[in-house]
Amino acid sequence: MTYQTRVLFYAAIVALLFIVEGTVDAWIFSGSWDTSLAVLNMALVSAIMALGVNLQWGYAGLFNTGIMGFVALGGLAVVLTSMPPVPDAWSAGGPRILFGLAIGAAAVLLAIFVRGKLPAGRARGLATLAVLVGGFFLFRSIFDGGVAAVEAVNPSVTGYLGGLGLPVMMSWIVGGIFAAGAAWLIGKTTLGLRSDYLAIATLGIAEILVAVMKNEGWLARGANNVIGLPRPVPDPVMLQQDPAFVEQAASFGLSAVEASTLYIKLGYTLFFTIALVVILVLAQLARHSPWGRMMRAIRDNETAARAMGKNVTRRHLQIFVIGSAVCGIAGAMMTTLDGQLVPTGYNPLRYTFLIWVMVIVGGSGNNIGSVLGAFLIWFFWIKVESIGQWFSMLAQTGFAGTWFADQMKEAGAHMRLFSMGIVLLLVLRFNPRGLLPER
Amino acid sequence: MDFLNALVMLTNFVIIPASVYGAQLALGALAITLIYSILRFSNFAHGDSMAFGTVVTIGVTALFQSWGLHLGPLPTALIALPFGVIATALLMIGTDIAVYRFYRVKRAAPIVFVMASMGVMFVMNGVVRFLAGTKDISFDDGVRFVIKAAEFKKWSGLDQPLALRSTSLITLVVAVAVVAWLFWFLGKTRTGKSMRAFSDNEDLALLSGIAPNRVVMVTWAIVALLTTTAGVLYGLDKAYSPFTYFQLLLPTFAAAIVGGLGSPLGAIAGGFVVAFSEVVVTYVWKQVAAYLLPAALEPTSLMQIMSTEYKVAVSFAILVVVLLFKPTGLFKGQSV
Repeated sequence: MTYQTRVLFYAAIVALLFIVEGTVDAWIFSGSWDTSLAVLNMALVSAIMALGVNLQWGYAGLFNTGIMGFVALGGLAVVLTSMPPVPDAWSAGGPRILFGLAIGAAAVLLAIFVRGKLPAGRARGLATLAVLVGGFFLFRSIFDGGVAAVEAVNPSVTGYLGGLGLPVMMSWIVGGIFAAGAAWLIGKTTLGLRSDYLAIATLGIAEILVAVMKNEGWLARGANNVIGLPRPVPDPVMLQQDPAFVEQAASFGLSAVEASTLYIKLGYTLFFTIALVVILVLAQLARHSPWGRMMRAIRDNETAARAMGKNVTRRHLQIFVIGSAVCGIAGAMMTTLDGQLVPTGYNPLRYTFLIWVMVIVGGSGNNIGSVLGAFLIWFFWIKVESIGQWFSMLAQTGFAGTWFADQMKEAGAHMRLFSMGIVLLLVLRFNPRGLLPER
Repeated sequence: MDFLNALVMLTNFVIIPASVYGAQLALGALAITLIYSILRFSNFAHGDSMAFGTVVTIGVTALFQSWGLHLGPLPTALIALPFGVIATALLMIGTDIAVYRFYRVKRAAPIVFVMASMGVMFVMNGVVRFLAGTKDISFDDGVRFVIKAAEFKKWSGLDQPLALRSTSLITLVVAVAVVAWLFWFLGKTRTGKSMRAFSDNEDLALLSGIAPNRVVMVTWAIVALLTTTAGVLYGLDKAYSPFTYFQLLLPTFAAAIVGGLGSPLGAIAGGFVVAFSEVVVTYVWKQVAAYLLPAALEPTSLMQIMSTEYKVAVSFAILVVVLLFKPTGLFKGQSV
């Protein structure tokens, strides 16, 4: 098969999967367009995450296992952009919190300045430490009071500063900016490390970002979650009460409730598809530009690229920031789709390692491959549970009443991780370049 | 008296918990370091191998309990532990043959091994959840305390209680025994020496007739011993839960890197450095300070540097500081 027919072939398979899911009610398929569209929407979001990872890994060979952190930052951006501000909380302690944060940032900058000015030696170490420790206690003494004041304002409903009340779609851009900012800081400190050290460092940073979101109640209510985020699509109740809409739905043979959920899901599908296409086109353009060729040259032989005068560290930082920003955008889109921010829901297996499986299965270095991998793996991830249940039913028939049968009953739920691991290992072993290899 | 009270409090809430946690981390970090120096990659499946060994041990413990077999005051899990180790060793050697050997023969880049270990992590996580579900499991059936808080208070006449849980003592004793054996093995036996030779210079070791596959198998077996012991001790001390075990990956790596990857002594030191910093940074120092300082200076705040939820941040911050300023770690491991 030539490359083009291969792309078409896989695209047809993906399309077929979603159509069968929407129409056929048999075996593992539900036969409901509602489910099919729900899976498709998350697949679109995952495809954008996979593109972000592919930028970093496929173009530049950076092994980032902190995707969860950037996705979570995107989610935070939705709250901070689109929720209405809480004026009482702002007047109670907003400025104090901001002042505290400014003090903290100033202390870090001062420490960096001191390190730059003093000659290396014990004095420099002690001075840096003194600035950091002093700065930390000053920061806490100002910051803590503000936090307590803000969190005391109507804690069951708000208890946080709220957002800016801007349109929710803007938060997608803001999510990208948040992730890019975090990635710049992280990249500055960790990109010089060896590949597997970078993996551990980013894994840790993602955990910290999520820990901050879980615990800093003033920021986005922490573990209490923010619900009822604004939606970029119409409200289902409004649609159901609109006579024109109900009439149209009836002409398709659908009830008003069914039609409104489908309409809303389709709205998300439309927005997400536009976002995916824009990012994919940009990524492809970048890849075929001189910049993209330089990136791959650096990836394939860092020493040679450096000898040619390329600034490897800067280019790495650049692509790390861009790739993370793409993950941040996807994270904001996902939280918009969910309509709520649940910090405890961020789990590295689902938000970091699963995305990696998508990229590797699809084909590292190939943007279309990553998108394809995302669609296939996400569909599989959703359906593994049903496959697992079907499989466990088969397996139980001979062993009714035994320990094995009991375990198999619950096994459906655990099949996900297991089968993803098997898929990853098989692809790495027998087809390491993925379904659509880099060209 | 105040000073003694402060000291008892410090021992009870900082020194004992941190030493126990440090010993558990040190065992894990030793496993990471061994894999890194002999197989030359960072094993992401570490937390899940710990979980696997623990789950097998829990199963065997339950079996022994049903037979009425027990160790008196000690937890039954200690006699089940060898079975857990053997099962984990078999699983790891099997994984090596099925997964890692292929890449070793090809001399693939370390990052490929890391990705493969990611796959193994997923599979093991699934297996462990299949075997034991996702609930927390407590399997400590021994005597709970060596020193009881109330008895200590009566005996010493101090305001502050001191409790020593038997699992804490068991952790420390078992960890010391395992580490002592490991150092004897690496330093004195022929196999141990060939392992060190293999780690220093693979090609030279091969030339001098060391069988690489044997070295690798022995390494996995030792790693199984270390991870399973660490996992069972952690589970006895706290409780088993697949997600917590997965998350132990980070502090364990931090410990191994802080000590210097490839250095066994460093791994132990790293384990304690990470554990003590986690506890010290998240401990509420108010009352200790109240005992030590004159009444006029008594603190009004909790004197907690960071809230408990930021434990993960502490181990990570140490990791970053070490990587930035002393990339070879405290004990001069292999350079980054």
